[in-house]
Amino acid sequence: MSKENGPRRLALISSKGTLDWAYPPFILASAAGAMEWEVAIFHTFYGLPLLKKELDAAVSPMGNPAMPMKMPFGPDGFQKINWNIPNLLMSNVPGFESMATGLMKQTFKKKGVATVEELRDMCVEMDNVRLIGCQMTMDVFGFKREDFIDGCEIGGAATFLEYAADSDVSLFI
Amino acid sequence: MAEYDIKETLDCKGMLCPMPIVKTSKKIKEMEIGDVLEMISTDPGAIPDMQAWSNQTGHELLEAKEEESLYRFVVRKTH
Repeated sequence: MSKENGPRRLALISSKGTLDWAYPPFILASAAGAMEWEVAIFHTFYGLPLLKKELDAAVSPMGNPAMPMKMPFGPDGFQKINWNIPNLLMSNVPGFESMATGLMKQTFKKKGVATVEELRDMCVEMDNVRLIGCQMTMDVFGFKREDFIDGCEIGGAATFLEYAADSDVSLFI
Repeated sequence: MAEYDIKETLDCKGMLCPMPIVKTSKKIKEMEIGDVLEMISTDPGAIPDMQAWSNQTGHELLEAKEEESLYRFVVRKTH
C-alpha cells in the first residue's frame, strides 16, 4: 500500500509499563492523531498491560536515580525541594513504590497533565489511532482478550511491521 | 487584521501538552468548514505546538499571541 498522498504515519512500540513510561506513547499518539496523522501503537512485553481495562501502572524510584521526588503539597519552597533519598534505601521501605506513584499522580494532576487513562481514552476515541496488543506477550503472561479494552486489536510482529513499513516516523519506547 | 467571526471558544486553561491540540482538534472536527474557533490556553508550549498543528493539519492559524499571561489562538477550519 503506497502512502504517497495519504496522511503522515506514526508507528510506535510501547514496551514499558511503569507510570512514567506509560505517558510518552499515549502523548505522542494522541498528539499525532490530533494532527490528523495515522497512528498505531504496538503494545508489547511490559507495555501490554497498558491496554488492560483496569490500568494499574505504578512508578518505581528503584533503578531510576534521575527521577525527581517532589512533594505535591505545602508551601512553594517546600514543593521545590528535590528529595534526594538514596535509591537502595528507599526501595527497601515497604510502601515506598505506592507512595512514589501517588506523589507522581498528584504532582501531574496539579500541574495539569492528563492522566494515562484520559490520554488512552483520547486515543481510543480517535478513528485514526490504532492500539495493537501483542499476541505473544498475551500468551506468555497468561492474559485473555477480555482483560483488554474493546478499543484495541490483537496482532503480532508482522502486523506491526507491515504498518511500520509505510510510516514516516517509527519510535521504540 | 484578518476579518473573522469567532463561532466558538474553547477553554484549555490549566491543561498541559498534548491536551490543548487534542481538544482543539476534537472541537474543530465538530465544526463546519470555514468556521472560526478561539482557543485560550495557559501553556506556553501551545505557541509552537499550535503552529505545528496548523502546519500539519492545514487548518489556518489566524492568530497566536500572549495576552496577559494567557495564550490566545484563532483557527479557521479549512477541510
